[in-house]
Amino acid sequence: MGLMDLANPTRFMAVSQRILPWMWGLAVAFLAAGLYMSFFLAPQDYQQGNTVRIMFIHVPAAWLAMMGYSIIALSSIGTLVWRHPLADVSARAAAPIGAAFTFIALVTGSLWGKPMWGAWWVWDARLTSVLVLFLMYLGLIALWRAFDDPARGARIVAVLALVGAINLPIIKFSVEWWNTLHQPASVFRMGGPTIHPALLWPLMVMAFGATLLFLAIHLAAMRNEVLRRRVRAMQITAARGVATAGAEDGEPELA
Amino acid sequence: MSALSALFARELKLAVRIGGGALMAVVFFLIVVTLMPFAVGPDLNLLARVGPAILWVGALLANLLALDRLFQADQEDGSLDLMVMAPVPLELIVTVKALAYWVTTGLPLAIAAPLFGMMLNMPSEALGAVCLTLAAGTPGLTFIGIIGAALTVALRRGGLLLAILVIPLMVPVLIFGILATSAAVVVTSPFIQPFLILVALSLGAMVLGPIAAAAALRFGLE
Repeated sequence: MGLMDLANPTRFMAVSQRILPWMWGLAVAFLAAGLYMSFFLAPQDYQQGNTVRIMFIHVPAAWLAMMGYSIIALSSIGTLVWRHPLADVSARAAAPIGAAFTFIALVTGSLWGKPMWGAWWVWDARLTSVLVLFLMYLGLIALWRAFDDPARGARIVAVLALVGAINLPIIKFSVEWWNTLHQPASVFRMGGPTIHPALLWPLMVMAFGATLLFLAIHLAAMRNEVLRRRVRAMQITAARGVATAGAEDGEPELA
Repeated sequence: MSALSALFARELKLAVRIGGGALMAVVFFLIVVTLMPFAVGPDLNLLARVGPAILWVGALLANLLALDRLFQADQEDGSLDLMVMAPVPLELIVTVKALAYWVTTGLPLAIAAPLFGMMLNMPSEALGAVCLTLAAGTPGLTFIGIIGAALTVALRRGGLLLAILVIPLMVPVLIFGILATSAAVVVTSPFIQPFLILVALSLGAMVLGPIAAAAALRFGLE
């Protein structure tokens, strides 16, 4: 069975129903193992102490924040080029999840920054560009909610998502330029590009588990969105049925 | 070509005659500039230092003011449908509308900025720089803004949403506009580098903006 067969909504519902429990199980297993490793097996950092453990949540969340927008951008191409309803369902389902992971990345980064930098928020290049990413997620969600007919809004929001995808690297580049010119001394640098294996393994397990969690929530949200649209279609059909019944009573122009 | 020049003339007339949209943006700009000393205090040295930031943020906000009516007014009286169906490519029509919007909004802001900069005690070399950077940067703001205007054309209350959608996209233009302007105040940082990037951002927006806005308009009117 090819990937294109999955694009059929009915088949998607059948296949996703079978896959989903396995994904939940795997995500829980990996996250449990990752959390155990990061809280009990990983050593303390000689400089950061126990706060280094925030990284095991923070870094996967930041990665998934970017993956979420990539899913939206790819789905938007699917919406604009093939006009496929499932592509819009995928983009729409990914937006709140991506925004949530962006929010987690911002909050955990802030919690980590208080003991490290002595401030809850620092106008560091990375923090600022993630904040702009969060704002763009919120804009996408707000635009989706503004359309009362989901099919009509689909391609309009896809245009915005793609414009945002083109702009994100430019924003990141300019924010970094802005920061290095203004306050080069406070730019946070990791202690070199290498990270000790004792810290790397828990991070990798956590990242894999969090990615599985993201995909499982995404799949579940897509199923909900498909069902929501079916309910909507049925409601419209039912409302039409009432209108037609009324028309038989002598008001044909209502039908 | 004559259709496009007729459209340009129509847009200018509409902006000048109905409600004075062009002047309103400048008045709003002046109000923002007036508010700032109330907020940060009348210290002239401080005002001179944050002057470029005040002028740029004020111009950015003033540039957003009339954007939500750019396509909505045309949609309400039906002329937008004619533009979409016209033999002239919709991308060109959008470009002409955006240029006319810039001439009536962005350009007056850039011309007024040195006067407002003087009120903020900015040095005379910075006044020329702020005029130049605003003239180079406001086309970028306008062409990013028309994407939002096209996205929200079908919505009943698009004004606030429009600002939420496009302001994050305007961050790069703001950064390089202010960098170039403050380079004229502080001798140590270079002027030409951020200025060229600002021009590049405006030119890039002139390409991306009409394509995205035309696509959004087509999808929105179906």
